[in-house]
Amino acid sequence: MIVAVSAVLGQAEVATSRFPILSALILVPALGALIVATMSKRRPEWVKLTAVLFSVFVGAISVWMLASFKTGSSDFQMVSKHEWIHTWGISWHLGVDGISLFLVVLTGVLFPLAIIGADPHHDEKPYLAWLLLLEAGVMGSFLSLDLFLFFVFFEIVLVPMYFLIGGWGYDKRIYAATKFFLYTMIGSAFMLVGIIATVFLARGAVGHVTFDLVELATKSNFAASTGRWLFFAFAIAFAVKVPMFPLHTWLPDAHTQAPTAGSVVLAGVMLKLGTYGFLRFGIYLFPQAARNSRAIFLTLAVIGILYGAIAATMQKDLKRLVAYSSIAHLGFIVLGIFALTSQSITGGVLQMINHGVSTGALFLLVGMIYERRHTREISALKGLQKVAPVFAAVFTIVMLSSIGVPGLNGFVGEFLVLIGSFLTARWWTVVAASGVILAALYLLWAYQRVFHGEPDEDNKSFAELHWKEGMVLLPFIAAIVFAGVYPKPMLDRIQPSVKALISHVSDKTGYVDPQPASKTGEAQP
Amino acid sequence: MLDLVWLIPALPLAGFLIILVLGRRLGEPRSGYLATLMTGTAFVVTVGVFIDLLSKTTEERAHIKTIFTWLPVGNLKVDLAFLADPLSITMALFVTGIGSLIHLYSIGYMHGDPKFSKFFLYLNLFVFSMLMLVLGENMLVTFLGWEGVGTCSYLLISFWHTRESAATAGKKAFVTNRVGDWGFMVAMFFTFQAVGSLSYAPLNEAARSGSIAQSTATVIALMLFVGAVGKSAQLPLYLWLPDAMEGPTPVSALIHAATMVTAGVYLMVRTSPVLAIAAWHWAPWIVAGIGAATALYAATIAVAQNDIKKVLAYSTVSQLGYMFLAVGSGAYVAAIFHMITHAFFKALLFLGSGSVIHGMNGEQDMRKMGALRKLMPITGFTFIIGWLAIAGVPPFAGFWSKDEILLFAWDKSPILWGVGLVTALLTAYYMTRQVIMVFYGKARWDDHAAEHGAHGDTHPHESPWTMVTPLVVLAGLSVVGGAIQLPFSATTKRLESWLEPVIATSERPLKSGSEDIKWVLAGIAVLIGVAGIAGAYVVYSKKKVKAIEPAVLANAWYYDKTVSDFMGGPGRKSFEFIAWFDQRIIDGAVNGAGRMVQGAAGVVRKGQSGLVRTYAALIGLGAVLLIAWFVFRGVAQ
Repeated sequence: MIVAVSAVLGQAEVATSRFPILSALILVPALGALIVATMSKRRPEWVKLTAVLFSVFVGAISVWMLASFKTGSSDFQMVSKHEWIHTWGISWHLGVDGISLFLVVLTGVLFPLAIIGADPHHDEKPYLAWLLLLEAGVMGSFLSLDLFLFFVFFEIVLVPMYFLIGGWGYDKRIYAATKFFLYTMIGSAFMLVGIIATVFLARGAVGHVTFDLVELATKSNFAASTGRWLFFAFAIAFAVKVPMFPLHTWLPDAHTQAPTAGSVVLAGVMLKLGTYGFLRFGIYLFPQAARNSRAIFLTLAVIGILYGAIAATMQKDLKRLVAYSSIAHLGFIVLGIFALTSQSITGGVLQMINHGVSTGALFLLVGMIYERRHTREISALKGLQKVAPVFAAVFTIVMLSSIGVPGLNGFVGEFLVLIGSFLTARWWTVVAASGVILAALYLLWAYQRVFHGEPDEDNKSFAELHWKEGMVLLPFIAAIVFAGVYPKPMLDRIQPSVKALISHVSDKTGYVDPQPASKTGEAQP
Repeated sequence: MLDLVWLIPALPLAGFLIILVLGRRLGEPRSGYLATLMTGTAFVVTVGVFIDLLSKTTEERAHIKTIFTWLPVGNLKVDLAFLADPLSITMALFVTGIGSLIHLYSIGYMHGDPKFSKFFLYLNLFVFSMLMLVLGENMLVTFLGWEGVGTCSYLLISFWHTRESAATAGKKAFVTNRVGDWGFMVAMFFTFQAVGSLSYAPLNEAARSGSIAQSTATVIALMLFVGAVGKSAQLPLYLWLPDAMEGPTPVSALIHAATMVTAGVYLMVRTSPVLAIAAWHWAPWIVAGIGAATALYAATIAVAQNDIKKVLAYSTVSQLGYMFLAVGSGAYVAAIFHMITHAFFKALLFLGSGSVIHGMNGEQDMRKMGALRKLMPITGFTFIIGWLAIAGVPPFAGFWSKDEILLFAWDKSPILWGVGLVTALLTAYYMTRQVIMVFYGKARWDDHAAEHGAHGDTHPHESPWTMVTPLVVLAGLSVVGGAIQLPFSATTKRLESWLEPVIATSERPLKSGSEDIKWVLAGIAVLIGVAGIAGAYVVYSKKKVKAIEPAVLANAWYYDKTVSDFMGGPGRKSFEFIAWFDQRIIDGAVNGAGRMVQGAAGVVRKGQSGLVRTYAALIGLGAVLLIAWFVFRGVAQ
C-alpha cells in the first residue's frame, strides 16, 4: 500500500518536474488576455465566463504548485530554464522558493476573487483582458530569476494597471493613473540602469556577461562603493513600489481612484513587488551594501509605520484610509527585511501574504459599500451595523485582522517581524511596536463612524451581505483565521529559503544571525 | 484529569462556535442556556483538574499540556500549550465559577433584547479568551487571551452600538488598552532576547537562579507592569474603565470587575520572581506606589458619584490599586486572595446594581432611588452582604484579604499603610452612602416621574430567579470566602500553602516586628471601617452633616476631561498637521516636480494624459514585441 502510494507520488513528482508549471502560471493568463481581447463584444457574459475560467485555472495551477512544493528545501524549485540570447546571457529562467511561494499562490487566488467580486460596470472586455495581462506580469515578476526577464515583467505590470485605473477608475482617475505610471516609471529607470551596470561590472568576477540572478549573486564581488550605488539604483525602484516614506504619495491617489479589483490587486500583490524585490534582488545581490545602509531603511520603515497610521487617522475617504494603513503595514515588512534575522524576515514574508489577504478583503468590502451607497465618504455613512449586521461582522473580523489581534493572521507576521527585529534593531523596534496603538485608533474610529450609531435616512436601506458576496469573502475569512491559528505549514515552507538568504549574507559579509541567549544564558541589555 | 486541562477553554470555545452557526435558530433563551452550560461544564472540569492537582505532591503540581506548535521560527519556538499549576487553576476556578453564575444571570437580564444570542456569543468568546490568558504556558498564549478579552470587552461595551456613548466607550477601552499591550509586547521582546524563550518556566527560573541581569529583569518587570496598568485600569490609564459601564451590567460584573481587569495582577504574580529580583527594590516601589495612589485617587472620586454603576466602577479601580499595592509589597498571596474575594463581592454588587436597574426600568441615578429594600428584598439583602464585605467588616471575606494587604504594606512602609487605611475609610464611606441612597430612606422615584416621560410609572420589582440565584450564591461566597486564607496559623493559611510552589521564592517575608502587631493593625482597620460607615450614616441617613461632594470629585479631578481636551485639541491638531503636511509638502513636492518637468518640455496643459497614455501603450507594445522576438529566437535556436 505504502509502496503503491509512494510510487504514485513519485510519478506525480516526475510529471511535475516535466510539466513547465511555472511557465504555465505566466503563459496561461497571458493567453487568457489574448483570447478575451479577441472575443466578440456582443456576448459579455461569455467574455466574463472565459476570464473567470482562465483566472480560476491559474489559481488551480498555483495551488497545484503549492502542493508539489518540497517543504524544508531552500533551493529554487520547479525551475524552468531556457537560453534565449546567448551572447547577452539572457534566459527564460523561472523558479520558486519559500520567499516567492505564497506570493505566487496569493496572486493565483486573489485574481479570480477580484474578478468575480467586483464589477467594472462598462467595457468588460478590455477590463478583463487587462486584468489577465496584469496577472501574467505579476506572476512573471515573482518567478523570474533573470534580471532582464524580471525587468520586463516588472514593467509590463504598469501598463494594464495604468489602463485599469485610467479607464475604470473614479472621478480623478486620469490624474491618479498618470501619477502612478510616471512615478513608478522613474523608479524603474534607475533599476534599468542598475541592472545593466550590475551585469557589466560583474562580468569580470563572473567570467562572462549574464543576467542570471543566481549566478550573479553567488559569483559577483563588488567593491563597497560600487555595490552601494548599484544597490541604491535597485532600491529606489523598490522603495517607490512598496511604497516607502517619502516616496509614497502616488499610492493613496492610485488606490482611491482605481476600480475595486484594481485596488485589491494593487494592495494585495503589487506592493509586494517592492518588498519582494528588496529580498530577492537588493539583499541577495548586494548584501554588503544592504547591511551598510540598514539604518536608513530601518528609520524610513519606522517613520512609515507611524506616519502612515497617523495620516490614516485623519482621512475622510474609506479607501484613502486603507491606502495609508497599507503604508504603515508595509513599513513593518521593510523593518523586518532590513533587521535581517530569520524571525524578522520570515515574519516579513508572512506579513506580505497577510497584508494581501486582509487589505484585499478590506478593499472588497469598501467596494461593496460603494456599490450600495455610491460614496466612500466616512461622514456620509452611519449606523450600518444595525441594518447589515452580517456585513458588519465580516468587516469586524477583517478589521481585527488588520489591527493585529492574535489568533488572526495579521498578528503572526507583525509579531515575528518585531520580535526578530528587536535582536538587531532594538530601539527602532520599540518605537515601531507603538504602531499597534495607532492601528487600533484609526480603524476603530472609522468603524465607529461608519457602522455604529443610528442609521440616518440615506443609510437605512443599506442592503445586507448578499450570499454571492459572502462566497467571495469566505476564502479571505478562512485564510485570516487559519493563518492566525496555525501558521506552521506556512512558516515551515518560508523559513528554509530565508535562512539560506541570511547565510548567503553571512558568507559574503561575515554577518552573524543573532541568537538570543540560551535558556539560562547572559543578557545584554 | 490533568491532561484534560485543554478542555477548560475548549468548552466555551465550542459554545461560541455553536452559537456562531446556530445562534439565530437557537434564539432566546436556548442560546443563553447553551452558553451557561458550556461555562458550567468548564467549571466542573476545572474542579476535576483541581482535585487531581491536590492529589499530587507540591513539587509535581505543574503540568504542561501542549496542543501544537504555534510559532516555530529559528530558535523561537512558541507552543500553544497550557499550564495547570496552583495559580492558573485558582484563576480558572473563579473565572469559570463566577462566569457561569453571570451567564445564568444574563439570561434574565438580557431577556427581550433583540441581540440576545449575540450577547452570549460574545460572552462565551470572552470566557474562552480569559481562560487562554490564565492557562497559557507562555507569554504569547497569555497575550492571545489578553488581546482576546480586550476585543470581547470592546464588542460588549459597545453592545448597544446605536448609542453613541457606548460606541465611543468601546473604542476608548480598546485603544487605551493597546497602550498597555505595547508594554507587554516589549516585555516579550526583552524576554526572548534574554532567555531565548517566551515560556514562563525558563524566565522565572532564570530570575530565581540569577542568570538574568538585574537591569534586564527590571525592564521586563516594568514593561509587564505597563501592560498591567492598561488592562487593570491603574493610573494613568484607568480612564477607560468608568466609561466601560456603558456595556450591559453583567458585562460590567464579569469583565470589568471580577475577571478581565484582574489579568494585570495575575500577570505580575505569574512573573513574580522577575519583579522580585528587579533592581534594588525601586521597581517594586513603583508598582506599590502606583497601586496605592490609584486606590486612594479612585476612592475619592467614588464618594461623589450618583450613577449606581459609576460608584462601583471607581470602587473597582480603587480595589485593583489595592491588589497592586500588595504586588509591590511582595505580598503575592494577598494579591491573589484579594482578587478572589473582590471577585465575589464586586460581582455581587454589580449584579445587585443590575437587578436594581432592571427593577427600576433602566434608571441608574441613585438620587432617584431609595427604600428599595422592601420592594426588592433578596437584591437588598445580598447587596448589604456585599457592602459589609467590601467595607472590611469581620468576618466577611473582604476583611481578611484587605487586612493581609495592609499588613504587608505596613511592613514595606508605614506611608503605604496609611494610604491604604485612608482608602479603606473612604471605601466604607462611599459604599454605605450607596446602600443608604439605594435601599434606605425615602422612595424618590416618584419625585422625578414628571421629567421621565415614557417610563414615569416606576414600579420597582424583584428580579426573576435566573438573576436572583447568582446573587444568593455570591452573597454566600462573600460571607465565607475569607476562610481560604485565615491568618491564625500556618494551617489556616490554605491559599498560601497551595500557591507556595508558584510564589515561594518571590514572596517577601515579613519582619518579625510586623508579625507581632498584626492584630493591632487589624483592630485599627476595623475601627477605620466602622468610622467610615458611621460617617456616611450621619451624613446620608441622619442628614446631620451636609454631604461633601465637590464638583472636582464628581468630575474625577477633571483628569478625563483634560486628556480628552488634549486629544481633541492639540493631539488632533498635530495629526491634522501630518495629514496636511503629507498632502501639501510631500505630495506637493512631487506634483511640483512633475509640473516643472512638463514646463521644461513645453507641453504645459497640452495633453498631459494623452502623452502618458501613448507612452504606456508603447511600453506595452514594446514589451510584447520584445517577448515575441525572444520567443522567435528561442525557437530558432
